[in-house]
Amino acid sequence: MGKMHVTSRINGELREFLCEPNQTLLDVLRDELGLTGTKEGCGSGDCGACSVVVNDRLVCSCLVLGVEAQNAEIETIEGVAGEELHPIQQKFLEHAALQCGICTPGFIVATKALLAKNPDPDEETIRYWLAGNLCRCTGYDKIIRAVQDAAKTLAHPA
Amino acid sequence: MGAYAYLAPQSVQEALSVLDDHLKRGERAQILSGGTDLLVQMRSVDKTPRLILDIKQLAEANRLEVTDQSIYIGAAVPSALMTENVDLQALLPGLMEAADLIGSTQIQGRATICGNLCNASPAGDSIPAMIAAGAQCEIASESGTRLLAVEDFVVGVGKNALLPGEFVLGLTIPRPAARQKDAYLRFIPRTEMDIAVAGCGVSVSVDAAGQCTAARVAIGAVAPTPRLVPEAAAALVGTTLDEAALAAAGAACTAASSPITDKRGTVEYRRKVIAVLCRRAVAIAKQRAIGA
Ligand SMILES: Cc1cc2nc3c(=O)[nH]c(=O)nc-3n(C[C@H](O)[C@H](O)[C@H](O)COP(=O)(O)OP(=O)(O)OC[C@H]3O[C@@H](n4cnc5c(N)ncnc54)[C@H](O)[C@@H]3O)c2cc1C
Repeated sequence: MGKMHVTSRINGELREFLCEPNQTLLDVLRDELGLTGTKEGCGSGDCGACSVVVNDRLVCSCLVLGVEAQNAEIETIEGVAGEELHPIQQKFLEHAALQCGICTPGFIVATKALLAKNPDPDEETIRYWLAGNLCRCTGYDKIIRAVQDAAKTLAHPA
Repeated sequence: MGAYAYLAPQSVQEALSVLDDHLKRGERAQILSGGTDLLVQMRSVDKTPRLILDIKQLAEANRLEVTDQSIYIGAAVPSALMTENVDLQALLPGLMEAADLIGSTQIQGRATICGNLCNASPAGDSIPAMIAAGAQCEIASESGTRLLAVEDFVVGVGKNALLPGEFVLGLTIPRPAARQKDAYLRFIPRTEMDIAVAGCGVSVSVDAAGQCTAARVAIGAVAPTPRLVPEAAAALVGTTLDEAALAAAGAACTAASSPITDKRGTVEYRRKVIAVLCRRAVAIAKQRAIGA
């Protein structure tokens, strides 16, 4: 069959790309579109480093085919900040919720999806929602604090 | 030989004729739903090129319906969409908690319970819950559709009862009666993201006096396939679901199991734990049924 032509809206912008039928959305984002903010960790859906939002659902882009993105709305880490950092990103910095940083884009995309659905999650809800995002540096506590603080900031902007 | 190809048919007829064409030409075609098993397998144990037939554009496979008679869950409905449905939360809390145990938020955004079933793992979490709920698969083929009870669908480790050219359109489940409720429990060494050591799905009906009038019990991860255990149900019916009845049902689950020893647990451990899970799941379902 060879490469297929796909059109999708990525971070609000119409994008076209060619991809192999078995190429993952993760590889398309990184290798075809140069959106390298989305990271590859395990490649098998366990670590969440490649988290993106497709048609309002948080998914692992390593377990989505690029061809499935036809006509889809996709949000990646590159779409999170505007002129300034998003409050979630700002709070991750302030709470030192990252060290090596490989997992951070996935955590931020997942957190944004959580707070869009539930602006005031309790700690247990946050921990379960983020259970599919692995971090080998922080021990998670700082991430949870950052998410709680970001939720507060988003609910009551300064 | 050959290369990968991908197609997302717009009609069931188109999907079936593509499957049939490939069959006749001796070329491989495989159904894609959420891809949370398939894409992992394509990268690891099963790299041969094939046609990937995506069923997510089919209107029939996206059906999610709750009527007075029955419940229909299409084969393309992701777990997250299904478990958000308030009617399903009220009617089938056990099946919903089983689906909610499958992977993370990200996995549930894609995974389907029909994919869990078709993948036919002995430890597939939603399968015992579907069996307990009395679910039947609606299977499409060129010669029409047929229904098959979920307990007859998985026929071996990773093997299902689909004939070449067939695929699953969805699940149909009788709408539970007012005092009929289900529950699913599994044991894993941690609280999230692991494969069941043992799992038990139950559904019980009680009358106004609290007597059990009907029950279905199914076990997972303790035999080559998930199993319906009629002996466990028989131990419950006619009782008030007291301790003695729960113990007898648990013992029936142990007797019906034929587990293996692996890194997650030994034969002895699994046989013991399946009885505990059965007792606890029945107790939860009973509370739900009485409270309903
Ligand atoms: C990180 C991670 C964690 C997981 N955790 C769990 C867990 O806790 N418990 C558990 O049980 N599973 C778990 N899984 C496995 C997987 O997510 C489930 O089995 C899921 O329900 C599969 O559904 P799917 O729609 O993604 O299937 P797919 O990957 O699309 O398909 C699975 C198989 O079924 C076939 N198939 C799918 N739909 C049909 C159909 N309609 N007709 C015919 N054939 C079909 C496909 O060809 C393929 O062989 C996990 C997976 C990952 C990656």
